[in-house]
Amino acid sequence: MALSTEESGRLAALLSGQADRVTSRWTEIVTSSLRGRLSQAELRRQVQDLHSAIVATSEQGDIDLSADNAAELRAALADLSRGRARQGFSATETTVSIFALKDVLAELVQEAGGANALNDYVAFAKLVDEMGLFTFESFVRTRESLIADQAEQLLELSTPVVKLWEGVVAVPLVGTLDSARAQVVMERLLQTLVDTSSPYAIIDITGVPAVDTQVAQHILKTVVAARLMGADCIISGIRPQIAQTIVALGIEFGDIATKASLADALRHVLRLSGVETARRQPRRGA
Amino acid sequence: MTAGIDLGHPQAQSVRSDEDVVRVRQLVRTVAVAVKLSLVDQTKVVTAASELARNTLVYGGGGSVEVATVENGRRKGVRIVFADSGPGIADLDLALTDGYTTGGGLGLGLSGSRRLVDEFEIETSPETGTRITVTKWSR
Amino acid sequence: MERVPILKIGDILLVSIQVDMSDQTAVQLQEDLAERIVDTGCHGVIIDITALDIVDSFVGRMLSTIASISKVLDAETVVVGMRPAVAITLVELGLSLNGIRTALNVERGMELIAAAHADELDYQLDDDPDAETATP
Ligand SMILES: Nc1ncnc2c1ncn2[C@@H]1O[C@H](COP(=O)(O)OP(=O)(O)OP(=O)(O)O)[C@@H](O)[C@H]1O
Ligand SMILES: [Mg+2]
Repeated sequence: MALSTEESGRLAALLSGQADRVTSRWTEIVTSSLRGRLSQAELRRQVQDLHSAIVATSEQGDIDLSADNAAELRAALADLSRGRARQGFSATETTVSIFALKDVLAELVQEAGGANALNDYVAFAKLVDEMGLFTFESFVRTRESLIADQAEQLLELSTPVVKLWEGVVAVPLVGTLDSARAQVVMERLLQTLVDTSSPYAIIDITGVPAVDTQVAQHILKTVVAARLMGADCIISGIRPQIAQTIVALGIEFGDIATKASLADALRHVLRLSGVETARRQPRRGA
Repeated sequence: MTAGIDLGHPQAQSVRSDEDVVRVRQLVRTVAVAVKLSLVDQTKVVTAASELARNTLVYGGGGSVEVATVENGRRKGVRIVFADSGPGIADLDLALTDGYTTGGGLGLGLSGSRRLVDEFEIETSPETGTRITVTKWSR
Repeated sequence: MERVPILKIGDILLVSIQVDMSDQTAVQLQEDLAERIVDTGCHGVIIDITALDIVDSFVGRMLSTIASISKVLDAETVVVGMRPAVAITLVELGLSLNGIRTALNVERGMELIAAAHADELDYQLDDDPDAETATP
């Protein structure tokens, strides 16, 4: 528990007694640390939100940041850190908004004086530290999920599945293929086969500098999965080094069709489907 | 009915008939959706559950399945326990080999399910029967 | 127990699996199909699994068995509409569905059956010494 019932009662009194002065001073300190990157009005609103959440919580008795009755306070802190993380502030710039409260409290406690002054200050400061840590943690969590989202968007941008011809789709893979990306690409390729009703897929790896066992396995599994769905895959643009890796790793490409270039692969596919139709149609007409 | 299930508590389903195996699949699907597994991961864990529940029925002589959500820090997942008081699996290594079957199946149920989930544990003995615990985490 | 309906469309039997089948339902379908192939004399069977959100080893085995049985009864079976997530899972499970022909959708499945039928005609014609002009 951070604050006992008596302590939090005194904290509530201290903060709400001169609410305007407290939030003004608090805003002032934060403003100087952010060097004008947020408007005064916006900062003031954030500080007032935090202020009222702390007052509301401390009026309920003892404060424990992890307890149920501190939910509102935690939400306010999380709100602040989420907003700041999205706006591109650093973790320090964000937590300073909380730690600034310590300076304000020091001034208030000093003015109020009394027998409990020192004790109270230490207890209040500890609560502020806990709030700061909590803010830091939710800041980091937000940043992590932002980064993950961006990575996913990048992944989608960098892996276009294109329809090359009626019944033929292709994925030109460019850049390093890690296992996660290989998986995303392959799922998208299979879905595109369904969406476009294409029985042929060309996986072009001309732009891939190297593959490891896992990636080769992903490609292989995709080819097998496509077959189960009723589509055929052709792999084109295998570089000499990659061919060597595949053989050295003992990966069986078995009866999977491979072609030197995307153009060769397309020609191969067109011949396959062309032969079928050419052979079938006169018969049916006859 | 699976609407409004309390995900905090494990859901139990007894396995006495092949209709129950269908119910296990549906239960696992609901929980897998609730913990936000990707579509492919949902499909994998439901397929594994179908295999293991059928084994519980066919070789374990029936038993029970428990489905729960689990959480470790940032990730959520679904954990499923298949328990029976049947004869146990005599040679585990052999049973976990692709293609090994004593029941005229394809022998892919155990070995295949192990590949479909993230964690896979078996406790088995002739006295206590077989208890398999699998977990699939959201990515 | 639910029963999966079998439709006859032209020269083709069409089975569209819409429910999460119990094992018993799957076995029943296998038996029903064999009977219908014989009764109707159809040479093609299309099993549409677009609605199935999983295929496990039991259903996989049933599909293989249906394909083999229909071959014995002189009919071609094509499984159509397998979802990507299902296919990915089957590969991981290790089920290869050997001997089963697959297509992306019903339309493509019909084309496959027509092609198989044409091949058969080819073969009969090629066997016939008078049919030389028909070879491209
Ligand atoms: N719960 C169980 N109790 C006793 N024996 C079991 C149990 N589960 C599996 N086994 C044994 O392990 C063997 C392998 O199981 P597995 O599920 O891999 O294959 P299968 O059920 O025979 O065929 P498939 O699942 O591919 O149709 C079974 O044949 C059986 O002998
Ligand atoms: Mg089994």
